[in-house]
Amino acid sequence: MVKVVDVVDKLNAKVICGKNGLNQDIDFGFASDLMSDVLTLDTDNLLLVTGLNNLQTIRTSEMSDISFILFVRDKKVSQEMKELACENNITLIECSYSMFKACAVLYEMGLEPVY
Amino acid sequence: MGMKFTFVIEGGNFSKAGTASSEVKKILKQLNVDPKIIKRTVVSLYEAEVNVVAHAFEGNMNVEIFPDKIVVRIEDKGPGIPDIDMAMQIGFSTATPEVREMGFGAGMGLPNIKKNSDRMNISSTINVGTQLEIVNYLK
Repeated sequence: MVKVVDVVDKLNAKVICGKNGLNQDIDFGFASDLMSDVLTLDTDNLLLVTGLNNLQTIRTSEMSDISFILFVRDKKVSQEMKELACENNITLIECSYSMFKACAVLYEMGLEPVY
Repeated sequence: MGMKFTFVIEGGNFSKAGTASSEVKKILKQLNVDPKIIKRTVVSLYEAEVNVVAHAFEGNMNVEIFPDKIVVRIEDKGPGIPDIDMAMQIGFSTATPEVREMGFGAGMGLPNIKKNSDRMNISSTINVGTQLEIVNYLK
């Protein structure tokens, strides 16, 4: 179990919205730029790590009950994405690390893989 | 008699893809449906909605909610599916590069709809359109 606020700290990341989710604990991590793969998961309490910064990333998370998204490779969240995420209580975090590096840090911290 | 809702889906408009499924999610939440059933249902609806946006000109999502089940019919006007058996195979896709850029088009949509629904029927006519029916039991 990992606290979201610790993820932000360890990855030198920036919280874009959903600050009230920072004290929550997450169990699992899943990294993908393919939303079709994300939509096949039935895991709760998951952090999505992705470099895909468009509206469908937020929509996919909304449908999949994913409350935390970490954008890697310095991908920036658009205003539209931010608004949709806020509406759905999704916490958005931006980080400049590569997906590989971010995942390595998250794994070290104790986040578990889905499979 | 069930509660009926209809939503319009615009072909090609990716900024709106998911709005219909999102509305259905809100309704099911208000009705206190089991969150696991909501997730299965809206994931399959969202996959279907993205399919209409990606492949068709326009479509409708007709939702009917009964005490024991939700029945959704998604009908589109579009190119149709020439070979449904092939489209049901994981990895088969005719998606454009634009669709792939949005994070889809890996040939996983229809199989995932099947996985997340209790009953699924699909029929299609080339150059006319596709009809998809999804039934999920609420109990």
